[in-house]
Amino acid sequence: MVALTPISRKPVGFYVPTVAAAGAFLGLFVGTSQGSGILGILVGAIVAGALAFVLTQIVKNETVARWATVLAFAVIGLLLGGIPALVLGAIFGWFFAWFSFWLYEGRYRAKIAPYLTPGQVLWHFTFRVICGAILVFLITPILVVIPLSFNAENFFTFTPKMLSFDPEGYSLKHYRDFFTSSAWQGAVWNSIKIAPAATLLSVSFGTLAAIGLSQQHVPFRRAIMAILISPMIVPLIISAAGMYFFYSRVGLQGTYLGVVLAHAALGIPFVIITVTATLVGFDRSLTRAAANMGANPVTTFFRVQMPLILPGVISGGLFAFITSFDEVVVVLFVGSAGQKTLPWQMFTGLREQISPTILAVATILVVISICLLTVVELLRRRSERLRGMSPG
Amino acid sequence: MSDTVDATNIPGEKSGPMLAADGTPLKRSLRRALRRQKMSALLLIAPLLIFILITFIAPIADMLFRSVENEIVQDTLPRTTAILETWDSESGNVPDTPVFKALYQDIFIAQERKLHTRLGSRLNYELTGASSLFRKSGRGVGDIGEVYQDQFEDMNAFWKKGENWNDILGSDAWLAEIKSWKKASGQAQPPFEIRAQIAEILPQTAAFYQIFADFTQNEKNSNLYKKDPWELIYSAFYDDLTGANAARIDTYTGPGAAELSEAKAAAANFETVDYKAAFGDIDKDWLKMPIWDTIRAYSPRFTNGYFLNAVDMQKSENGPELRPENQRIYATLFLRTLFMSTVITLSCILLGYPVGWILANLPARTANLLMILVLLPFWTSLLVRTSAWKVMLQQQGVVNDTLVWLGIVADDSRLALINNQTGTIIAMTHILLPFMILPLYSVMQTIPPSYLRAAKSLGATNWTAFWRVYFPQSVPGIGAGSILVFILSIGYYITPEIVGGTTGTFISNRIAYHISSSLNWGLAAALGAILLAVVLGLYYAYDKIVGIDNVKLGG
Repeated sequence: MVALTPISRKPVGFYVPTVAAAGAFLGLFVGTSQGSGILGILVGAIVAGALAFVLTQIVKNETVARWATVLAFAVIGLLLGGIPALVLGAIFGWFFAWFSFWLYEGRYRAKIAPYLTPGQVLWHFTFRVICGAILVFLITPILVVIPLSFNAENFFTFTPKMLSFDPEGYSLKHYRDFFTSSAWQGAVWNSIKIAPAATLLSVSFGTLAAIGLSQQHVPFRRAIMAILISPMIVPLIISAAGMYFFYSRVGLQGTYLGVVLAHAALGIPFVIITVTATLVGFDRSLTRAAANMGANPVTTFFRVQMPLILPGVISGGLFAFITSFDEVVVVLFVGSAGQKTLPWQMFTGLREQISPTILAVATILVVISICLLTVVELLRRRSERLRGMSPG
Repeated sequence: MSDTVDATNIPGEKSGPMLAADGTPLKRSLRRALRRQKMSALLLIAPLLIFILITFIAPIADMLFRSVENEIVQDTLPRTTAILETWDSESGNVPDTPVFKALYQDIFIAQERKLHTRLGSRLNYELTGASSLFRKSGRGVGDIGEVYQDQFEDMNAFWKKGENWNDILGSDAWLAEIKSWKKASGQAQPPFEIRAQIAEILPQTAAFYQIFADFTQNEKNSNLYKKDPWELIYSAFYDDLTGANAARIDTYTGPGAAELSEAKAAAANFETVDYKAAFGDIDKDWLKMPIWDTIRAYSPRFTNGYFLNAVDMQKSENGPELRPENQRIYATLFLRTLFMSTVITLSCILLGYPVGWILANLPARTANLLMILVLLPFWTSLLVRTSAWKVMLQQQGVVNDTLVWLGIVADDSRLALINNQTGTIIAMTHILLPFMILPLYSVMQTIPPSYLRAAKSLGATNWTAFWRVYFPQSVPGIGAGSILVFILSIGYYITPEIVGGTTGTFISNRIAYHISSSLNWGLAAALGAILLAVVLGLYYAYDKIVGIDNVKLGG
């Protein structure tokens, strides 16, 4: 975004107190953790205010000022509290140096409309901070799990050794547990056996039906759609209860086939939704053109239609796969000990004796979901590109 | 299309319907093409539709059926329930001896088949103590029958042997077959056939003996010919000998005719059994009203009892009534589920709205980058997120540690963030937040930013511009997201189970408990049916507001 507003340097009376206020805010927390909140506020405000003044009025060169502050704060941190405080100090130093110049140069106004009142500018940034906090809330649990999984102790919090970045505080033992324990490995194998089979079933049935549903004239379209989407809407516990009752009547309860069928049913709505969405942009004249040139319907499907809707089919398949791979309620009821999947094993672990091995598994799953997310995102872009290329 | 129009449209052609290339009328040809299109569409959908109907809809239907199905009482106590229909329950009197006799016969057969304990646990859901009552009675009925058995056997040892009974009761053809049959041969045992004459003169004995024969041959897989009869047969035999048909016994000419006449003569002087008193001896609860009211109330094949139970009511003489105060749990649980789902939905709106706004108003590149922060939790395994919260919210967890370090919370008064409602609300808000942000974002993207600027240039304050111009346009997004989050949260099971403790659990946890621990499947099905009705109502609303075709996944 280009600069909207011409910027100018701000008077000392504006930015020094602002930086001092930020310093007081941080000082409050550091102060309370060290015993005295009021002292923290005072020291924080004075240090930050003085720093802002010195950097902008005496040092003036921004690059020098920033590195000098980072270094100084890091050294102070190291002296006061060892390695964790060094990191914290460096971050604080970087922040205050940046904040001082950002305010001093008036850079904060550059990208917002020139007619805003100072109150509105303040609200603009407060709002961004709030949004940032919410995004932090979204991502923190996932980020916290990852370092905790390398904990050398059987604790679920950061040990002092971990915080001081002592290599002894970290270990791969939970991963070793995971890869050597027969219970976990058995669960992984069950998941690997069940999820692809369920995905295959839901993708093949789902794609056919999605093609049928996207025809122009489909009788009872709404009703059929409602039935096909229902596994996604009905609460899992109800699906699980119904399947448990019904599958034990017909002898599928506790069998591999039963679990696969149940998971396939749960994955189908995702396939239907993604493939129908791709088919909305599909140009029907292409199939007619293919037929015109002498291709039979099967050839047309595999050579013309399929390559174009493939991204949708694959991302639907990924959704179905993740549904099955991540599913625990239904397998808990429909499966028996022989079909214990990874989520099931995690669930038992969480409910009974929680062991840090779960965090190692969680980290591995997070990495897998990052990969899947990337694939889906790439597919979506490819699909949009293909659609853009097709005429009409 | 009328002929005149045709004639004017196509001058020179003879008037008549428009024709397709092959000579059929165009209208019909078009209709046929349309029908073929519809058929091919249906054919493509059919496999999946059948698949879903079998693997998903049938189980749901089965669950709904189970919530009203109640065959066990009638199947286990067929004779008792039949006679009980004529019993006047309002008289306040326990039923008469014939009912107790039928009860004796039913329980005797049930305990041989080991079904009486199942009936006991079924009735125990309605009346505490029924389970032990039936278990006790199952042990006691043997003694009742022995009274007659002993008298017959003391009179003539002939009646001790299974062979003798079979010789009298079995048809000649069957007797010939069974005598030559060997278990070791591996062939199926020849099914028992009653002697026609006996069926006429000893109807009750014959009826019960057939049940006994069927049970011995098909369930026990033992040789019927060698098997001594149940005690029950002796009491039926006594009833026949002293009953209305007794006079015809002397006309019998088959095997054992002499013993039969002797038995008839002796039976008149036998000591008799008072069934009512005998059951009173087993347990005096049989002489009280509650058990009879319960059996009668639950004897129909279908019952609304599970549903009444699910809304904290019970059957009584004056129709359904509320349970006593201390037994009401489900209303609280339903209300709690609704309340917590509402709180979760509201906090999702509160947290999701600003994020949706900023994603919709930032330049596309930055927005896409921030979108990853929303999509990553969305794609991460539910159990990973739940375990992360379990780890973070513990007393010694990361959140408490940080708060203690910052001095906000004293070390000895760490916050209880888990195993209560707070834990469930925090974790589920986090888990369901992407489902709120994504629809909000897609709606907010379509609101032109110039509207806000126009409002402001017309003199609106920031707040007025937002509240009167922007917010109304974003309401569809809020609606879609809220219903989605509400539907998902109302049926959640995993997260409340792990972080909810006892006060933060939902109705779904109770359903799971009834399926796997208390085994009261009917009640679980009824609770599920109520929950399903609520969700389907919301689903209908969602379909009306958003349209199920417009569901989008992953932005």
